[in-house]
Amino acid sequence: MEPNFPKCIKKSSKPNTFCPGCGHQIILKELGFAIDELNIQKKTMLGLDIGCSLLAWDFFNVNSLQTHHGRTIPVAVGYKKAKPDSVSIAYLGDGGAYAIGAQHLVSSAMRNDNVTVIIVNNTTYAMTGGQEAPTTIPKEITATTPHGADKYFLKGPELVRNINTSAYIARAATTHPQQVKSYIKNALDWQVNNKGFAMVEILSFCPTNWRTDTAKKTWDYMDIIKKNYKVGEI
Amino acid sequence: MKQFLMGSQIIAKAAVQAGAEAFFAYPITPASEIMPFWIQEIDKKNFDNKFHNKFQLLFLQAEDEMSAGFMTIGAILGGKIAFSATAGPGNVLVQDALSMAESMRIPIVMIIGQRGGPSTGTVVYSQQEVTLTAFGGNSEGYRIVYSPAGLQELYEYTKKSFTTAWKYRFPTFVLTDGYTTKLRGEVNIDDKKNKIKATPFFTQTNKYANYRNCYEYEEEIYKLNMSLKKDFEKYSPEIEEYEIYDKSLKSKKTVGNQLSKIDTLIIAHGIVGLSAQSAIKNSEKKNVVLFRPITIWPFPANALRKLAKKTKKILVVESASNQILRLIKEALYGFNIPIKHIGKPGIGIYPSEIKKYL
Repeated sequence: MEPNFPKCIKKSSKPNTFCPGCGHQIILKELGFAIDELNIQKKTMLGLDIGCSLLAWDFFNVNSLQTHHGRTIPVAVGYKKAKPDSVSIAYLGDGGAYAIGAQHLVSSAMRNDNVTVIIVNNTTYAMTGGQEAPTTIPKEITATTPHGADKYFLKGPELVRNINTSAYIARAATTHPQQVKSYIKNALDWQVNNKGFAMVEILSFCPTNWRTDTAKKTWDYMDIIKKNYKVGEI
Repeated sequence: MKQFLMGSQIIAKAAVQAGAEAFFAYPITPASEIMPFWIQEIDKKNFDNKFHNKFQLLFLQAEDEMSAGFMTIGAILGGKIAFSATAGPGNVLVQDALSMAESMRIPIVMIIGQRGGPSTGTVVYSQQEVTLTAFGGNSEGYRIVYSPAGLQELYEYTKKSFTTAWKYRFPTFVLTDGYTTKLRGEVNIDDKKNKIKATPFFTQTNKYANYRNCYEYEEEIYKLNMSLKKDFEKYSPEIEEYEIYDKSLKSKKTVGNQLSKIDTLIIAHGIVGLSAQSAIKNSEKKNVVLFRPITIWPFPANALRKLAKKTKKILVVESASNQILRLIKEALYGFNIPIKHIGKPGIGIYPSEIKKYL
């Protein structure tokens, strides 16, 4: 039996180059289903940021572009301005969205740009070797917090809700792929209907840096971060 | 038609005539006024388009210069002719976007209003952004930099920069300064409109394009660099521009045989070039010639070498410590001509000062 994959997946670029067991693969698969179901493959422009998310630069048979440091958001905004009929997506990690490119997220939400931002929050800088991210939760041990992270961390969706009261904002978790697809679909549909800014944060895991190399370890890690980050529409 | 306009207004008008459809920027002196003048152009176009359903000119004030640069790139990828403008610390930030434009051969136009540095520095004038503009990013210089002198050239080269960028697909800069952008003066505005075809990066068909800026192997990045270098070197001879001026010749844009002997060859660009021209005009000295590079990069090295063969001594003048001088020394490698340098970082240079050295 053929595995159930989205139609818009680019088969020639598979197997993909993510680490085995990476959460991105769950999210991208659901993004693919959302694109299929909304029938927006031809008009989508998927912007990908630096870090692990860039490994998806040729993941789909959709137009895509890879850049870095959260600049994926302004590229998506410029593209959408030029092509109002397109579906312009910025797909980035928590470092790109909440640290080095935070001003782009904040300003885009404030302008209520009609783009969709998908942020993968795995509470670390994964590709660079597991350093502390703005999302790293208290006491987590990372390469740059060997004695444990401090008590402050950033809740992106809640921050953006304070800036934009009308935007579509949600947080899903990779432990619940149906929910990932449903929120992404809502956020894309939001753009298709010209309703303005939409953002979905997806809680994820990193088998390499969090050493979630078994199902149990993954589940335990996800339980901890779900206690710190509220899942649902925000 | 002669009009009395401010430098920034000239830039906005020239961009519209050149076919620009979108402008993204962040306020910074001396490039800020381009924004309100661009909005005036939008309002005019909207009025003209009132009864037609034509595409409107776009503007967005970005949250910083990185965003301005990347929004411009986004619009260009979306099939528009778009540009941005900045200065000083903003020029530092926008290099991130321009480096990507170099890598992807994105035709983008940047207007740079040079201000004094280092750092925040002063807000109106210098020639200290030559190196950054020509070699920012990863410093390989896959980009074209015009340094126009005076308002008329500002108009002509702003227009031309769009044609150049979209023809060769290298980021193209107009390097100016606050003395020029904030100056009001007479300028001849023609009716000619450029016909530029936008570069199709993406089509909304079944042919999907996946672009990246990240490479796995040294061999891949080497191959990319060699193709950029090869094309840049191939096109350079047709891109390079300069002006030669002496009292008898007035002004010429090619090296001829007329100049048999040059006592002093002054080399200066942009507004300092105008100062040097005035110094020559008012000097009793004969055989003094000005070489004014209009393209700072690619540098018109071959033309300069031809002149250098007939030259006794060279005087380099710039409102920087050592920026255009470095390019000149590189161009004249192997020549044995004494070079005198007036390098005054961040300060204007009067013709009388140049005259003293003749």
